[in-house]
Amino acid sequence: MATPGKNRDMTVIETSAVSVRRLEWQRAEVRKIMVETPRVKSFLLHLPSWLGHLPGQHVDIRLTAEDGYQAQRSYSIASPPEDKLLTLTVERVENGEVSQYLIDDVRVGDQFEVRGPIGGYFVWTTSMGGPLCLAAAGSGVVPLMAMLRHRCRRRKNRAPALLLYSSRSLEDVIYRDELDSMAHRDSDLHVVNTLTRQQPEGWIGYRRRIDKELLAEAFVPPEWNPNIFVCGPTPFVENVSRFLVELGYDSLTIKTERFGPSGG
Amino acid sequence: MTKRRLRDGSRSKGTPSMDKTPISRGFRSRRQQQTPKIRLPPGQYVTMDFPVLSAGPTPQIKVENWTLDIQSGGSLLGTWSWAAFEALPQTTIKRDIHCVTKWSKLDTTWQGVTFDDLLKALGLAEAPTPYVMAHCDGGYTTNVQVADLVGGKGMIATRYEGLPILPAHGGPARLLVPHLYFWKSGKWVRRLRFMKADERGFWESLGYHNYGDPWKEQRYDGD
Repeated sequence: MATPGKNRDMTVIETSAVSVRRLEWQRAEVRKIMVETPRVKSFLLHLPSWLGHLPGQHVDIRLTAEDGYQAQRSYSIASPPEDKLLTLTVERVENGEVSQYLIDDVRVGDQFEVRGPIGGYFVWTTSMGGPLCLAAAGSGVVPLMAMLRHRCRRRKNRAPALLLYSSRSLEDVIYRDELDSMAHRDSDLHVVNTLTRQQPEGWIGYRRRIDKELLAEAFVPPEWNPNIFVCGPTPFVENVSRFLVELGYDSLTIKTERFGPSGG
Repeated sequence: MTKRRLRDGSRSKGTPSMDKTPISRGFRSRRQQQTPKIRLPPGQYVTMDFPVLSAGPTPQIKVENWTLDIQSGGSLLGTWSWAAFEALPQTTIKRDIHCVTKWSKLDTTWQGVTFDDLLKALGLAEAPTPYVMAHCDGGYTTNVQVADLVGGKGMIATRYEGLPILPAHGGPARLLVPHLYFWKSGKWVRRLRFMKADERGFWESLGYHNYGDPWKEQRYDGD
């Protein structure tokens, strides 16, 4: 079962998400800003005609300067489709002209343009079932959080889910309180943190980068056919997805999203 | 589409009207160098590194096990082993590449076998049909028109900057159609299938544009 056929094509799921009309730029207004970590903020946006999205999708944003200069970037959606406001969580990137502006300068009431949702492969909805195995590093947790928040909205029969999350230090863990309380209230959700650079006193959790042994310990076995999503910087995703293939997971069940170092 | 077409790195005539485009208070270009706009399609920015974007794990393909097939209407027109493919006429090109996720990389050098030379090696004066589907290891597909491959426009590339292409960037061999958004340059290509009628590939079925001209900013369906 776990042997991917050489000529088998990736199954395109959720084709209903395919849109034939043009994705128009909309004027988004910042309604609320949340400081997630010293380098990360969430922006809760009001959009005049948002038609919904699937957990895991992203948007394009476009900033316009007074002199007409424009810059576009893509950001993952952190909020579940059930929310009224659309949440983008942004990490401040060194030399990133867009992320630095968003983190340093944007205030409640500011406006910029958004279009989306974009991407129909790196998505999970409750109808796709589980088990759900998620692996993230840093801000790679953002699209996975949309999946967990969406899953959390279901009152019962939630698919078993696991998040394996690698951060530099405890203060760099995005959504820490929310993830803790989500896992506390839900015996079918496991959140496993690993802190790779700095650990608080008394830390009993993992303290190394996600390696093959850690994946073998934390993930459900390949025979359970989990839906796997891996998101983070390119080297992280390259390594984790390669380890998973080596551990026997079907490569067609491993969906990846890589954040290049040039993101901005 | 906004009435006034604004470009990354360009200055518009006058400021955009407030009712159309909101000004981001205090936002300004922080680019050290402005890329000449003739080099940079709308909405793109220049990157110096080489980001990796793939929908799944990177396949680790040994060249001993690699073959390239060319197929039309259920029949195999030709197949090459790695050694046979390497013996075909080699062409080196220098091109700018443009990813739909907004980064562009200028002056990238690729070596491989042009689509024209593949047709020649098959003994074909011209392509049997107007459309091609590229099938890749890992299940990825992308559709390209023959018109965008002939005349030196497309190749199967095996070297990047003089070295074998790294697996994460599509090695050992990737399709290269640099005048279209880079998702059309399918990584880990193994089979080209001629089609009488156009069909949509992987991203083309998931909301991305069927043609993908960066200069027309054809990112998504309907653009």
